[in-house]
Amino acid sequence: MRHTWILSLNRIRLALRSRVFIFFSLVMPLGFLFLYAAVFARGDRHAMAYLLGAVLGLTVMGSFWGLSMQLVMFREAGILRRFRLAPIGAGAMLGSSIISNYFLTLPTILIEFVIARWLFKMDTWGNVWGILLLVTVGSATFAALGLIVASVTNTMQETQVINNVIWIAFLFFSGATIPLFSLPGWLQHASLFLPATYLVSGLEGAMLNTASAGELVGDFIVLAIGLGVAFEISRQLFRWEPEAKVSGRAKIWVVVAMIPFLLLGVWENVYGNRLNQIRTDLQSMMQRSVPDQQK
Amino acid sequence: MSQPVIQVEELFKNYGAVEALRGVSFFVEEGEVFGLLGPNGAGKTSTVEILEGLRAPDRGRATVGGLDPQKSGKEFKEMAGAVLQSTSLPDKMKTGEALELFAKFYRRRADTKRLLQRFQLEEKRNAFYSELSGGQKQRLALALALVNEPRVLFLDEATAGLDPQVRREIYDIIEELKREKKTILLTTHYIEEAERLCDRVAIVDQGKVIALGTPRELKQRSGGTTRIEVRLAQPVNDGALSHLEGVADCRESEGAYVLHSTRVPQTIVALVKHLEATGNELHSLEIAAPSLEDVFIEMTGRRLRE
Repeated sequence: MRHTWILSLNRIRLALRSRVFIFFSLVMPLGFLFLYAAVFARGDRHAMAYLLGAVLGLTVMGSFWGLSMQLVMFREAGILRRFRLAPIGAGAMLGSSIISNYFLTLPTILIEFVIARWLFKMDTWGNVWGILLLVTVGSATFAALGLIVASVTNTMQETQVINNVIWIAFLFFSGATIPLFSLPGWLQHASLFLPATYLVSGLEGAMLNTASAGELVGDFIVLAIGLGVAFEISRQLFRWEPEAKVSGRAKIWVVVAMIPFLLLGVWENVYGNRLNQIRTDLQSMMQRSVPDQQK
Repeated sequence: MSQPVIQVEELFKNYGAVEALRGVSFFVEEGEVFGLLGPNGAGKTSTVEILEGLRAPDRGRATVGGLDPQKSGKEFKEMAGAVLQSTSLPDKMKTGEALELFAKFYRRRADTKRLLQRFQLEEKRNAFYSELSGGQKQRLALALALVNEPRVLFLDEATAGLDPQVRREIYDIIEELKREKKTILLTTHYIEEAERLCDRVAIVDQGKVIALGTPRELKQRSGGTTRIEVRLAQPVNDGALSHLEGVADCRESEGAYVLHSTRVPQTIVALVKHLEATGNELHSLEIAAPSLEDVFIEMTGRRLRE
């Protein structure tokens, strides 16, 4: 664990020196916040709270993209090879990615809250503990999912292609950018298989204070199981060497990592109430917004 | 007698259809500087990477300090240091930071400030890795290999691609380490490096050790010949030169003719007569004791850099 902390601190330091990191982890999420505030909220305090849930979701999901690229880049450049000579294991390398990413995500989350609250006059802090819980487990889970992609791809190009495909699904079918209810019915049901949907809807519910403790804990458990499975698979498939290629069969492990979300998707589609909850949150925000706008 | 620090027995390693190692065996004593000399693709890096624990052999046994590098993991890494054929670090990592970071991974740690001084990197302490020159990066790689005060040091082509001056600086550092009685296994294709630094050398070719001994012993195997390198105005049939008196062997190499002679004065007289008779002119003539390169050529018929 000591090595994981040492590596985490080092990676935080390195990330803060990277303009690319600053852009993707701070500038871009804040860009989304300003865009949502200007285009969708338009001065509506209640809408801002709901939309901040989506912005927080996008910020947390960004963990997925950055870490996989960084790991593949480190492997291709032979950087991991140098670390392999030291008495540190794959768990410490991967764990440090997740921990450093979490501590680097928190300031952006805080800045988004502050801007939403004071600049856009958002009238609530939401369920702060629920949000912290979801941000914490969400950032770790999406980072671990990114690390799986890095583990099952052989080149940067391959990583980018797979990342783009998954990222587009997370971006457009989770409710973070397009409201789920504007999608066709079958796509709404398909979205229940995506971890991003639980993160975004959980954060929106926590922002509006409509999600019960039980629902938040449920989302937390789902994401935590996904994290555990994803972390262990990426640890097993971890490769230090640039020329070590992963076999086609190993890529099937990605499906294994998605099993918790597939099971949850099936359960939610058959017995769950998630889509109704998402609809209720959206309607509640809109109902509260109308009188507010009439003032 | 104490056990050798490094023991390699009948190592075999294939990469697909390529046989990289075909039964490599040798040992290295405590405090010895041992060189693996051979051309690119001879199997030097595969051997050293098996010893570093980065690769597993298909067959055979390799131990370092009595430990199997593959199985002993952390314990092995605590006592070994290594410079890889090419070391890479994150561009935005500072020199001093890199040393401090890696030192923290070990139980036994060298003083990183002294390492910076020793490797003339003090002024570059706050420079990013991407800002270092090739020589500075290589000095940092060497310093990193020493952060745990290792008992055994592996240097894989540590001077390859560096300009001669930087290479000589690295030689000085390795000689210092030699005086400190570090056990060092280095791989190289530079003759000068092997002759200057190594107590013993194994010449490796096509996955096998083809000769092993001190540089002096190996050179003596050259059959007691002296090397005469001549450059001529016009090309000649090297068969004609190989028939000159005292010539044991003659090869053309990079525009020159390299003769190995057992009787130098007679060979030179015969050469001058031959040139006179054929109307050719002598541009230069160099006489030298045989080098390890000559030993390699004699044994394989090829040059080290081919």
